[in-house]
Amino acid sequence: MLSLLQAATAGAHPLTGTIAEWVWLVPLLPLLGFIFNGALSLASAYHPGPGDPALDAGDHSHHTHPTPEEHGAAGDDTHAVARHRFATVTSMVGSGVLILSFLLSAAIFFAMRGAGEITAPFVQRYFSWMPVGDLRVDAALQLDQLSMMMTLVVTGVGALIHLFSVGYMQDDPGYPRYFAYLNLFVFFMLLLVLGGNYPLLFIGWEGVGLCSYLLIGFWFSEKANADAGKKAFIVNRIGDFGFLIAMFMIFANMRTLDFTGVQEGAASLPVGGTLVTAICLFLFLGCIGKSAQIPLYVWLPDAMAGPTPVSALIHAATMVTAGVYLIARSSMLFSIAPVAQIVVVVIGALTAIFAASIGLKQWDIKKVLAYSTVSQLGYMFIGVGSGAYVTGLFHLVTHAFFKALLFLGSGSVIFAMHRAYHHSGNHDDAQDMRNMGGLKQYMPVTFGLMWIATLAIAGIPPLSGFFSKDEILGALFARAGHSTIASAHLFGIPGSAWLYFAYLLGLIAAFMTAVYMTRMMIYTFHGPNRTGQKERGHLAEAPWIMTGPLVVLGVLTAIGGWINLPDFAPLGVVGALEHWLDPVLGAPTAHVIAGAGETSASLEYGLVGLAVLIAAGGIALAWTRLEPDTLVPKREAPQEEGFEKVLVNKYYVDEIYDETIVQPVIGISRGLLWRGIDVGLIDGLGVNGSAYFTRFVGWVGSQLQSGQLGTYAWVLVAGVLAVLGAFSIR
Amino acid sequence: MNALLTSIGYSSWILPALLIIPIVGAAVIWLLGARRSRPSGDEVASGVASAPRLIALVTFAVEFVVSLGLWWSFDPASAAWQSVVDLAWIPSWGIRFTIGVDGIAVMMVLLTTFIMLLSVGGSWTSIRARAHSYYALLLILTTGMIGVFLALDLFLFYVMWEVMLIPMYFIIGIWGGDRRIYASLKFFIYTMVGSLLMLVAIIYLGLAARNPATGIASFGYDDILQNARVTSTAAKWLFGAFFLAFAVKVPMFPFHTWLPDAHVEAPTAGSVVLASIMLKLGTFGFLRLAVPLFPTAAMDPTIRGLILGLAVVGIVYGALVSLVQPDFKKLVAYSSVSHLGFVMLGIFALTVQSVQGALMVMINHGISTGALFLLVGMIYERRHTRLIDAYGGIARVVPMFAAALTIVTFSSIGVPGTNGFVGEFLVLIGAFRTQPILTFIATTAVIISAAYLLWAIQRILFNPLDKPENEHIPDLNRRELAIMVPIVAAIIWLGVYPAPVLRRMEGAAEKFVGSVDARRNMLMRGVAEGRR
Amino acid sequence: MLAEALFFSAVLFTIGVFGVLIRRNAIIVFMCVELMLNAVNLTFVAFAQAYGAAGQVFVFFVMTVAAAEAAVGLAIIIALFRHRQTVNLQNINLLKG
Repeated sequence: MLSLLQAATAGAHPLTGTIAEWVWLVPLLPLLGFIFNGALSLASAYHPGPGDPALDAGDHSHHTHPTPEEHGAAGDDTHAVARHRFATVTSMVGSGVLILSFLLSAAIFFAMRGAGEITAPFVQRYFSWMPVGDLRVDAALQLDQLSMMMTLVVTGVGALIHLFSVGYMQDDPGYPRYFAYLNLFVFFMLLLVLGGNYPLLFIGWEGVGLCSYLLIGFWFSEKANADAGKKAFIVNRIGDFGFLIAMFMIFANMRTLDFTGVQEGAASLPVGGTLVTAICLFLFLGCIGKSAQIPLYVWLPDAMAGPTPVSALIHAATMVTAGVYLIARSSMLFSIAPVAQIVVVVIGALTAIFAASIGLKQWDIKKVLAYSTVSQLGYMFIGVGSGAYVTGLFHLVTHAFFKALLFLGSGSVIFAMHRAYHHSGNHDDAQDMRNMGGLKQYMPVTFGLMWIATLAIAGIPPLSGFFSKDEILGALFARAGHSTIASAHLFGIPGSAWLYFAYLLGLIAAFMTAVYMTRMMIYTFHGPNRTGQKERGHLAEAPWIMTGPLVVLGVLTAIGGWINLPDFAPLGVVGALEHWLDPVLGAPTAHVIAGAGETSASLEYGLVGLAVLIAAGGIALAWTRLEPDTLVPKREAPQEEGFEKVLVNKYYVDEIYDETIVQPVIGISRGLLWRGIDVGLIDGLGVNGSAYFTRFVGWVGSQLQSGQLGTYAWVLVAGVLAVLGAFSIR
Repeated sequence: MNALLTSIGYSSWILPALLIIPIVGAAVIWLLGARRSRPSGDEVASGVASAPRLIALVTFAVEFVVSLGLWWSFDPASAAWQSVVDLAWIPSWGIRFTIGVDGIAVMMVLLTTFIMLLSVGGSWTSIRARAHSYYALLLILTTGMIGVFLALDLFLFYVMWEVMLIPMYFIIGIWGGDRRIYASLKFFIYTMVGSLLMLVAIIYLGLAARNPATGIASFGYDDILQNARVTSTAAKWLFGAFFLAFAVKVPMFPFHTWLPDAHVEAPTAGSVVLASIMLKLGTFGFLRLAVPLFPTAAMDPTIRGLILGLAVVGIVYGALVSLVQPDFKKLVAYSSVSHLGFVMLGIFALTVQSVQGALMVMINHGISTGALFLLVGMIYERRHTRLIDAYGGIARVVPMFAAALTIVTFSSIGVPGTNGFVGEFLVLIGAFRTQPILTFIATTAVIISAAYLLWAIQRILFNPLDKPENEHIPDLNRRELAIMVPIVAAIIWLGVYPAPVLRRMEGAAEKFVGSVDARRNMLMRGVAEGRR
Repeated sequence: MLAEALFFSAVLFTIGVFGVLIRRNAIIVFMCVELMLNAVNLTFVAFAQAYGAAGQVFVFFVMTVAAAEAAVGLAIIIALFRHRQTVNLQNINLLKG
């Protein structure tokens, strides 16, 4: 097996013979973790039934007192049950495989840095997956600068979140099942970023959707959680439909689905042609589903029903960024489809502002962060859509840091609130900010770290979010002036107009971001505490296994900007990330912005200053205008009115979708298709109808058999006369 | 392994053995069991059923193990029929007993023996009366089905086709649910109508291929392929006759309404066999007979367009109707209509990828839908209801069952990594090259299939456990676990490494696509009207 | 001579046919059947007169068959009467269906 793997490498590559040959172990480790933890989970919950189930009528003795494992394999949100008996080994294996995977990825990264100039990807083919005619899809991993970057993010942030989960989920009866699913998720995500062709990427793509389903609905005894998981999967599937069509188009025209093959094929496609535009638009449909853009974002806020570390990992740092990665990976196609790029940028910008506006009025702390994620994803799509691939990916990385920090921080808060409520037997909503307030005195470390993240997401220098967000807006502005996109037209309007419009939306969204994030911090940590007398005494900082990863993420959030400093930065390496990704993304980026001059320094400083001003202004506005003292706990809170009500109810989008799409589909299927056509028309008229007709004919025939001899005699005579007559006439 | 097989002369006796072993088993069961069976009484509890079901299990196990050799003995590189046995049967009518396999038949036979073995396990405790008849009928049914896959003489094909109907009729009619008489009659008559027309067509073909010197008809498959002289209008009618017979079996919209009733009313193993294998006989008929014998008629633009249209309608319609079914078995039945629509789309789109995809869907659907019916049967034995609303939250009580059902659901939806994805992907990517718009419509079914299955398992497994009668359901016992493990293994294996299977069917698939194209080209080059 | 005899037997035959068709009493129907048979006999004898003795041979056959048929038929009618207490043909529809 090992020789098979090592012989599978193609040709002489600078990485041949290095530790990079072991890249297959990076996704394999989490898979082994899944198998191990999954087996543990099933083994601890399974009680074999009797040989003859029908005779089981009386024997329920072993089920009258279900053990905690049975509850837990079962999705009860019953915290504070005893620790699962396999908790220790699960923690070690579950987090261990992630840490090992990260260390291996880091080692491969250093090998890549040391191997000198790597211009071609390092592809390892293991076996032939679907060989049919001229379709040759292999199980192949592709290691290049882009996939390496993503792998580091996934395994790194993933490892931190696994460690956090050890603390957060410690009392959950479904502990091994949780880690099994989480490991499986990381496996699929790594397949997604390391896959060497579109179908393999698609395995990862749908696989993370599958794990998302399982994890969102982790506490499935609540209908709302199960609903949320189902909604996520189905809405994702709408996007996957687009992805599939794009793959079919690619294969039909290029006869290959490998990234290297598509790269070559793309070179011969006409720029701006209908084919490549269609392919890109369908790929983007996939991204809209997976990365929660308008109009398919509706699953992400509901996905907050899952455990908070899941929200951090899947719905902030990794799965939702898969769409951004896909566009970067398909940059050779997007760069020659300017119309598609306009669509990407505009939808990204609209999403950014739309979601930010909803975030202004949400009371659940996780919902604020969820809408914030949707909004920030919009920014990433502005980045990659405008052909500034590195910039979009840079924001992906920094967002992974600060959004994970924010989610995990909120997880610590929720953890503390749950603990406090549990002590007093309270059943209030532990996630509603109206029940929080003044937590900075009880959770100072979390408080400090979350402020760092808030400043980063608002875009305050020198934190990472400032650099990435500013670069996106700056790149967008530059391309609005001069690029292939600016020269194209969508619905008759020139691309530059669209791009400037998107820039404006981006600025407004940045303002809103600063406002709602500050609002969140104020209501949660500042002001008086609204949790309640009895609970207050139990509010405390989370254990170090949870706060530790927060600190690491805090450091990354603070200094993460250094990986891609702009040229006006006073110190540090300029554009390290851009230089790293140049072999993969340099050519497509250059193609889009071909011929543009350098932005003047004054203009650059002006734009940066404007961005910082907007961010600071947002924070200031929220700080001065919001009064946490006037808030009351959730159960006493008044109903919202007017436009605020619309925002709280997220513009009623879910209700609109339900009324216009879901109910009509079900109604037509039940009324027209099933009862009408199937039972009524085909079965009723056709099948049973023909049966009735046959029996009717038989009934008519049977009427002739009257039993009346007289009739028979008449018919006999008449027949004889007829025959004689026929003979005599002839 | 191949050396071992050749040393025992495997190829020469394997195919007749596959037909004879089940009959021997049936005879043994009947002889031993007929005396001990009483008209009433619980045979499982009293132990009367032990002998028949054990004999059946052993027979099917032997059959499966013996058939496994086909995996190695089959030579993918050769285009000829393999393991052929050719005996004279009724010489004066030109009927010979000819059986042989190609890649498609090999995989179908393996699927059959695998599923039959599992279905005996599924019937172990659910058949509680007249068990000996039941197991004997299952065995005879197996011979019929394998006979259809192996037959290379059209008359033999027809005989085996009819041999399948009678055991199935009895299985549904005697051991079925409440409306079993209606369901079994409907199934029998519906299928028979099509088959009778097919008989007429077969006789016509046999006569058309008669040896000009002796005047004796010939029903051999290769013979008819080479020599039958049929006018093009007659070819259209003959194709129509075959089409009707197979379209009912597939089942294609609008000939599908027998399926929900038959599936719901049949006992567990009946449903499993019906879904896993008997539906494939319809598509197999298209692949082996209808299209290769009449390629011009099949590829005539109106006819082909009609069939493709019906296939896509079936895909979407089946999925939408599944969405609103209250009975889980009916939901799975309609989902079969949807899946088999993919197969028809793959066959008539006529590219190598789509045909291979169609074959993979046939195998995968057999495994995953068979598994779904087995699981439904298991839960039915415990709670005696198939209504989805009667359940809710039972994953807490039966975690192993929940895990199995979830995995099989994902296979049915076609999540990559499971077998379901490979087939659907190949069909769609192949069909897109020749039928882009229809493929576009068909791909929307991936969304709907996720919707109906996930909604169904949510209402069964998840949600609050609010009904007290669900609180004490026993989990899968060891036998049931032993049934599900090979299925899950097959699901994952075929999803991750389908290449060996694809390789074995490659020859037959390419031959199918190539021969249709070749014949069409031959005719388009202006060969005289009198030749097909 | 021949023509008159044939005409006479035709008339007798027709009367017999109408009787079978119209009369309700089973015994009367039988009598009419006998009338038909005798009309046929008359036809045979008339032809025998004209063409040879073979016709008279047929008369014997017909008479024998008529006698047997009368015996069996009357037995059936008696059994029917015992069962149904009537010989009115319009009321007897045991052959129905």
